[in-house]
Formats: sequence, structure tokens, C-alpha cells
Amino acid sequence: MTTENVIVADAQIIAPPAPAKSKRLVYRHSLPIRLMHWINVISLSLMFFSGLQIFNAHPSLAWGNYNNPDKPLLSLEAREDASGNLVGITRIGKHEFNTTGLLGVSKGPDGTPIARGFPSWLTVPGPGWLSMGRQWHFFFAWIFVLNGICYIGYSLARKHVQRDLWPTKSDWRGIGKSIADHVRFKHPHGEEALRYNILQRLAYLIVIFVFGIGIVLMGLAMSPRMDAVLSPMVEFVGGRQAARTIHFIIAWAFVAFVLIHVFEVLISGAFNQLRGMITGYYKVDVDPVKVAGPEPIAVIKEAPHD
Amino acid sequence: MTDRRTFLRMAIMGTAGLLVAGCDKISQSSWGPKVLGKAQGLNRRVQALLSPSSAMAKEYTEADISPTFHPNGTTMPDTPEYQALMANNFRDYKLKVTGLVTKPGEFSIDDLKKLDNRTQITRHDCVEGWSAIGKWQGTQLSALLDHVGVDPKARFVVFHCLDNMDEDTPYYESVDIREARHPQTLLAFDLNDKPLPVSNGAPLRLRVGRQLGYKQAKYIGSIELVDTFAKIGSGNGGYWEDQGYEWYAGI
Repeated sequence: MTTENVIVADAQIIAPPAPAKSKRLVYRHSLPIRLMHWINVISLSLMFFSGLQIFNAHPSLAWGNYNNPDKPLLSLEAREDASGNLVGITRIGKHEFNTTGLLGVSKGPDGTPIARGFPSWLTVPGPGWLSMGRQWHFFFAWIFVLNGICYIGYSLARKHVQRDLWPTKSDWRGIGKSIADHVRFKHPHGEEALRYNILQRLAYLIVIFVFGIGIVLMGLAMSPRMDAVLSPMVEFVGGRQAARTIHFIIAWAFVAFVLIHVFEVLISGAFNQLRGMITGYYKVDVDPVKVAGPEPIAVIKEAPHD
Repeated sequence: MTDRRTFLRMAIMGTAGLLVAGCDKISQSSWGPKVLGKAQGLNRRVQALLSPSSAMAKEYTEADISPTFHPNGTTMPDTPEYQALMANNFRDYKLKVTGLVTKPGEFSIDDLKKLDNRTQITRHDCVEGWSAIGKWQGTQLSALLDHVGVDPKARFVVFHCLDNMDEDTPYYESVDIREARHPQTLLAFDLNDKPLPVSNGAPLRLRVGRQLGYKQAKYIGSIELVDTFAKIGSGNGGYWEDQGYEWYAGI
């Protein structure tokens, strides 16, 4: 199939037949990147759910090296009201919120309310089972770390980081327009859709190098054996409980990233984006000005853009 | 738009619930925990590489000591043996040392104080997530081991405790000889310059500088040197280990 495009100086006068919108499939994400992406989806999800199980054993956050039970930064508590019903209280600093049903108090295995930080549908395992939560968490922590090391190594070697993620000067200049485009949910469709925009680049760089590395280091900072060598870092971030708090905050920052990421996938062509991350092929509109002559076949093999 | 919101909430809870239920099946299977448990062996080996066995736990200053040292687990052993010792303020207490040693013996707290002592302000990290900092004074376990003479066949030091869990299961713990000989491994009798309170393990508890709280056995009644802990309790090296926690408590 070929498409013919006439470049016209004044379309209003000549008014040619509207060219059938041509599209081409681009091999965008290489196989290793696709595999590592989905391994990451699984390991991050399970670490999040098992992490909440571990958190439930002490559903409270502090700063410094030890806990002051009277002054938590955040805590998910259970109290009894006058009629003996369990009330879930979320305490953030001095502020208290009634979060019965979700945080502090939620339904136990038999349907009756029980005291637990996060509800059973958000924890792995479902019931309170700290030792098993730790098994899941450490197993997928290894997968996350090894996968992450492979990803960073591969992406540096293949210049994915340097070429596709590191912002160029013109990216920085376009940051205002990019923000405006994002808040209006406007997405490029042509060749431009193959390039990561500045906000994407910054988001991916921060998620990989700040969240990814940060959450692993803060996890290690909670290990008493590792602290024999890591204590300067632990003290630098404010102590072991501070490290635990940062670990928790980054976990939720990952959740925020995933929600935004999935939202952007949904509004920029969910099918096309999913196909891109499953098969590698991503469809883009052919920019009319760039197609001067007949195009051979729509599928063009080129270096993956990832 | 309550309907849509309800639908969305049900969809999120349903998806998460399915995933959690699937994971619960794996947790309860015979193969699941074995596969997942592989990571724990990796933790122990890799941590030993990254943090050498001679590395010291950070020691804090007096100013860093936490206002409270939360007592966890047993806080008042109810066995007649313990109650009798406590009634006499532990004056009749003797630590028994048995197993693969050349000179088995019994040691009062005063006997222990005559061996090499150490004072350290270290952090206690519970497997639940909280931490506390206390000043510990105690006998270095290595000094006691040197005193009784360790048989070369011995691989582990087992701590048998005076408190019962679940009514009739005695608490116990174990460390390997290398950890037992670490300079920060103490049989502690003082916390924050005072005799160890009952709730924190009086009259004698273990302090291991670089492992989680459940390793820090309280109410130690006797120490046994063994080549294997397979025949003690359910054979996993400790009370909590028998409940599914890892013997290696460095993470």
C-alpha cells in the first residue's frame, strides 16, 4: 500500500482530496526492555502489598533512631468508642481522622471489624502474617534489585538513558509548553509521539534513579547487619526510623507515579501503548510534510526507541 | 456519580483482592514458602559479604538513649522457677553452661561480672519495625566461651530461656560461634546503668549487636553448645524461627 501526498502551498485554493491518514508501525521497545518492564510491574506490586503487611506489624512512623510512642509522625490506630465498637483512627502529627473500614480498623477474615493498619485486600498475605510478608518482600526485593541493575546497565550500554531519557537543551526550553499540554491532556500523534517529552524524561529519571535507588538504600538502612557498614548513611538521612519513613513515602510515591503513568497510557491510546510494551510495535501517524515520495511498507524496522 | 464511584471502588478492591487471594494460596502451599525462602539464604550470604563478620554495630552516645525501652514478648515469666528466683531478687540465679564444652559449669551474675565486661549503647530493632536505644552492660559471650572451653565440634550457641510462650513452649534462640564471639555479643545484666528490669529480661539477656529483636533472648536460664539445633524445639534454631521467622535475623 502506498500513499501519495502532495505538498501544496495553498490548500484552500487547490483543495486536494484529503489524504487517507497514513500510519506506520515503529519498533519502539526492545525485548529486554519489555521483559524488564513487566518483571518490574510484578515485583513492585508484590513488594508494595507485602510491604503494607510488614508495616501493619507496627503501623506507625517516626523520625530519628527510635520511636516515641506519644509522638508519631503518622499512625494507624484502633480505639473503642463508648458503645464498644472499634474505631479506626489515622493520626498525622496532631491531626486525627476517622478512617474506620479502611485504615486502623477494617474487616477481618470473618467479616467483623478488627484492628489492623491497612486492610486485608491491600496486604500480602491477606491476614496478619508478618513472617510470610517478609518472605514475599525479600524475594521480590531481590528480583527488583537484579532487574533494576540489568535495566540500568542495558539502558546505559544501549544509550537509552543518554538518548531517550536525558533532557536536551530544547527539551528544557519546551517545559512550559509541555506542562500546558499535560494539563490539557494533549498528546502528540506524529513522529513527536516517539520522543519522550521533558516531563516524561524527568519523571522516568526521578523514578529510576531517585525512587528506585532510594527505596533500596532505605530498605537496606533498616537491616541491622547492613547498618554496621551503612550507619553514616543512616545517620545522614536522620536515623533508622527516618529511613523507614522515607522507605514508606517512596513506596507511595511509586504508587502515585503508577497512577499517573497508567492514566497517561489510557488517554494517549491505551491499545497502542499496551501493544508497544507487549509486542514492541507502536503506531504513529505519518507526518505529511516528511513523506515526500511514496512510502514502501508501513512497518519500518529501526533501532528501538524504548 | 455514586454508581461509577462504587464500581471503581469495587473494581480496585476486587483486583487487589484477587491478587491477595492468589498470593495467600501460594503462602499456604508446600512449595511457595520454600521458593520465597530462597531469598533469605541469599540475604545472609550477600550481607556477610557486604558487611564483614567483624564489622561493629554503631554505638551511640548517652544523649541518644531512648526515653523508654519498649518491652516486647514476655514481660513477666510465670513459671514457678522464675517466680522463685524473682522473689529473692535473683540472688540464687545461676547460668548453666552445657553441651560441647570442656568445663560445663554454673555462673552467678557476680561470677559473670568477673569475666570480661563491656558497656555499649546500641540500637534495638524489632522485626515489627520499631527501634529503641539502650545502654547495655554485660559479659562478653566470647569471654565466657573461653572460660568454659569450646569443643571444636560446636557450631552454635543455644540460649534456653526461663519464660514460656503459648503456655508451655520455652523461648529459645541460637547464634553461630562466629556471632557468639563478636565483641558486641553480650550476656547483659544492666540496662541504662540499672539492673535489667524484669520486663526487659532480668536477670540476664542476650545482646547481639547486628540482629533483630527476637534474637535478643531474655530470661536466659542456660547456654548449650551444639553442633546442630535440629533436635531442639521444632528444629529451626529458635522459638520465632519455629513460627516461620528466619534464623538469620540480620535484616
